[in-house]
Amino acid sequence: MADTRKPATGETAIAERASALCEAALAGDRRALARLLTAVESRSPLAEPALRRLYPLAGHAQLIGITGPPGAGKSTLVAALIAELRRAGRPVAIVAVDPSSPITGGALLGDRVRMQAYASDDGVFIRSMASRGHAGGLSSATAAAAAVFDAVGFDAVLIETVGAGQSEVEVAATADTTVVVEAPEMGDEIQAIKAGLLEVADIIVVNKGDRPGAHRTASQLRAMLADAPREARPGRPAPKHPEVLVTSAANGDGVPELVAAVDRHRSGGPAGGREAARLKRAEAQVWAVLVDRLHERVRSLEGAETTAPVGDLAPASRRPDAGAEGPAAERPAAGDLLRRVASHELDPYAAADAILRQLMAGAPASEGRARRG
Amino acid sequence: MTDRPLKVLIAKPGLDGHDRGAKVLARGLRDEGFEVVYTGLRQTPEMIVTAALQEDADVVGLSILSGAHMTLVPRVCRLLRERGLDDVLVTAGGIIPDEDVPALKECGVAAVFGPGTTIAEVADFLRANARPRD
Repeated sequence: MADTRKPATGETAIAERASALCEAALAGDRRALARLLTAVESRSPLAEPALRRLYPLAGHAQLIGITGPPGAGKSTLVAALIAELRRAGRPVAIVAVDPSSPITGGALLGDRVRMQAYASDDGVFIRSMASRGHAGGLSSATAAAAAVFDAVGFDAVLIETVGAGQSEVEVAATADTTVVVEAPEMGDEIQAIKAGLLEVADIIVVNKGDRPGAHRTASQLRAMLADAPREARPGRPAPKHPEVLVTSAANGDGVPELVAAVDRHRSGGPAGGREAARLKRAEAQVWAVLVDRLHERVRSLEGAETTAPVGDLAPASRRPDAGAEGPAAERPAAGDLLRRVASHELDPYAAADAILRQLMAGAPASEGRARRG
Repeated sequence: MTDRPLKVLIAKPGLDGHDRGAKVLARGLRDEGFEVVYTGLRQTPEMIVTAALQEDADVVGLSILSGAHMTLVPRVCRLLRERGLDDVLVTAGGIIPDEDVPALKECGVAAVFGPGTTIAEVADFLRANARPRD
């Protein structure tokens, strides 16, 4: 722990410090875990070596997304879910995202207020994150933070989005199971058939079930969703048929049923659906690294001092490294790379670098943007 | 190092139920570009220190109006040190008599902000004194 405070400079120092933090976090050091999350969140130089170490260890946790409009009771429901999961003895991590100001960059992160009871419970780790300008309801580091929690042994990771409108649906590509939380009387049948948030729900919860109208809202939602076609047409994604539950998070009513529904969703359903979800998550993560890499390259071009020919722009450290993706000559297809990221054989950085190398070599982009589930 | 917003944990230790000041400060620091975690009322020192650790806070601001500051604040400072968080900047605010300030500073509080302090003064102090980390 002694060397985890001073800012590290120089590539070896950074690699050593990242490695020290990772080993400490894996050994159960919560302070080191918190530092790793900061590095990942702020994309410090420690983030890449740390994630490359941890990503292969992840892939076991159950990632549960909690989304819904502001004030529907997401944080209170998360607190109730923590209690239920802890009763079953499962270590739980929480990533709670609140919006950053588009004007000052500041943020007020208030989700912890509802999650007070776990200060002395080492099996619970709550981390607030600001969205930092990222649209979609999460921060750009949310998936990576979830992978860090996963790698150090948290069995369930709850991802709470910012208060979502109708189109903040990114959580569906991040979590294994997406729970959309609604409050009673939030809209009529037309709201239920609009595209967007409700469409990505694996489970819909009408919270504040003690309020009048909760059960009516639930039955309206059930009625409209029941009309969705059952059969997938060839080449079209099958519509989801989410369970609709009523909870009262403040007193815990309906929460055991919700946990059961989440577990049913995880173990039930077509294995192909789960695989598609993992591929989507892999694609999003590789895509994020690719965008970062391209930014770096463009910035290094703007640096102007460089006269290096195109194709030799990568910093020495990034050129044909001993990457895990095999000899570049093999030119692995993008879809294959994504599948290996989805199964945690390969980390997103290695995959992004392999794709970039193909791009820079002028090779065809294989399967292109991969398959969309 | 990395240019990231400073993370400030605002906490209300003890049993007083008055958090208007804490909320005004939280909101004001938000407007100054800080990422502010507000933990809510009636926190034990243990809860505050756990939150500071999990959030990797750069600053812990304690708001206290009950008169129990000489009991609660040193306890928070001691727990922070015990859990390896001695590089976190600790400040206090609320109703704290001048004669108690030296003792609080002695136990690790960097500044005490009484009534009349402006948001800008607090923000400037935090920017100047939070430890640089990556």
